Amino acid sequence: MLAGYGFVAPNFALLGLFVFVPLAGAVVISLQRTNGFGGGVFAGLDNYARLFADPLFWRSAGNTVLFTAIITPLSMGLGLLVALLLDSVLPARALFRSAIIVPMAVSGVATALAGRLIFDENSGVLDLALRGLGLPSVSWQSNGVASFASVVAVTVWWRVGFNMIVYLAGLQGIGVALKEAALLDGATAGQRLRFITVPLLGPTSFFLLIVNVIFSFSLFDIVFVMTGGGPADATSVLVTYAYDQGFVSRDQGYAAAIGVVLLLATLVFTAVQWRGNRGRDVTE
Amino acid sequence: MSGVGIRRRGAAPRIGLAVRVVLAVLVSAVTLFPIYWMFAVAFSSRSELLGGTLRLWPTAPTWANFAGVFERFPVTTWVGNSVAIALTTSVITVTVNLLAGYAFAHLRFRGSTLLFLLALMTTTLPLQVIMVALFRLVTGLGLYGSYWAVILPTAGSAIGIFLARQFILGIPRDLIEAARLDGASNLRVFWRIVLPLSRPLLAVLFFLSVLNSWNDFAWPLIALKENRLFTLPIGLLYLQSQNGPDYGGTMAFALINVIPMVVVFLAAQRWFVQGFARSGLR
Repeated sequence: MLAGYGFVAPNFALLGLFVFVPLAGAVVISLQRTNGFGGGVFAGLDNYARLFADPLFWRSAGNTVLFTAIITPLSMGLGLLVALLLDSVLPARALFRSAIIVPMAVSGVATALAGRLIFDENSGVLDLALRGLGLPSVSWQSNGVASFASVVAVTVWWRVGFNMIVYLAGLQGIGVALKEAALLDGATAGQRLRFITVPLLGPTSFFLLIVNVIFSFSLFDIVFVMTGGGPADATSVLVTYAYDQGFVSRDQGYAAAIGVVLLLATLVFTAVQWRGNRGRDVTE
Repeated sequence: MSGVGIRRRGAAPRIGLAVRVVLAVLVSAVTLFPIYWMFAVAFSSRSELLGGTLRLWPTAPTWANFAGVFERFPVTTWVGNSVAIALTTSVITVTVNLLAGYAFAHLRFRGSTLLFLLALMTTTLPLQVIMVALFRLVTGLGLYGSYWAVILPTAGSAIGIFLARQFILGIPRDLIEAARLDGASNLRVFWRIVLPLSRPLLAVLFFLSVLNSWNDFAWPLIALKENRLFTLPIGLLYLQSQNGPDYGGTMAFALINVIPMVVVFLAAQRWFVQGFARSGLR
């Protein structure tokens, strides 16, 4: 009985000190007015009241939801399509797979800078190509919608490999026998996909849904480096807004309050994930 | 009717194969182009980059951007920092994850479900929830201004616990029970049975941890304020802010950040793929 505690102790000592203590601290700080130098002043729920009246908070929250709602299905859908492609009979499969997972090893900062390089509205290769084809150039940095789209494109580029790999593992878990039986029964490719592959990938899709939602919800590197939340807050998200408040404006109580809102969202995701996992245990 | 069916079945795979190969080539090209473009820009001369005409490769490849970056920035120090932090963090993470994974797989103790749930929660927690409080804690503990400000807060990462538990559950229970009946302590069982059988797991955990640490950005951005302590991603951002529109130097340095992990990743992709496919899947 005691041995169990001994074995988990080192890991939980680190988690306790560097995650749970600051987590409690965050709640306390969110009730203060403080710039981080010297003590804070207790402010009750002032920071939370300010959140409700802060248009930039709502803008960032809206952008966060929008990013998540766009990036998640795009990454999963493309990941599934590429996985189906690589699961079929194809020469040099391993080579294609290697190419498609390369972005997984690239840091977020490098990804974002490569994105800036390519989407640069003055000298980027994309605009030179557009102009070369006689198409109008796009103001990727000064137009809010275009900027948002460029962040989505770069993030999806970064993420498809991961989704593909997980789907590929899921596909390889579906027995060949089942597919062949369906084939012999005269099922078309479309029918096999719809009635066998997709339903059997259910648990994989659920896992990816949770992972992608959490990932998109806390997407920091790409936004911070590529746009810094601009232009005119068009790509500002909750995590970059919290960082700006905490370490640029040094309104740390307010930053902590934004953090607590993020925490509540995270708890919902964890609960869903937990239920899903328990469900898997029952069916396994 | 059946004739049509046979013809379709005969023709479809061949057309299908050609289409699939074209698709695979297209997807790979779109995926690899940004990486290629980083190389192309890193090896282009300044005048060529500012020329404003579309060239898909440098006409006169040059190392000038690399030389300039090494001259103006402490690149070797930053590489050393990244290596030191990634290796130290990963050794700690793999050790504590493996111990915890063993406990969750084979030992019964009160509150284990609650602890497991708490660990799960930390894997989904955005850093921005705790960053202000964590920064104060790290400063208060006197870690600020050293590698430990980055290493200790990230070394407890719990994702590996789930991978470890999953893997260790696959070790036959009989093996462990038999050792226990022989009077072996839990520590001995862990050392003599679990650890030797866990080498593939150790490889997965270690690779994933090094990759995460090497590429980590959000926390080092807060925890490392001194130039001499920067890791590669932080150095990259700093260098970019100094270089402005000089993409040549920025991309040259970005490659120094990117290439080692891409090489390791591709060389060890079997393990990585396993790890990614299973991580969190339990």
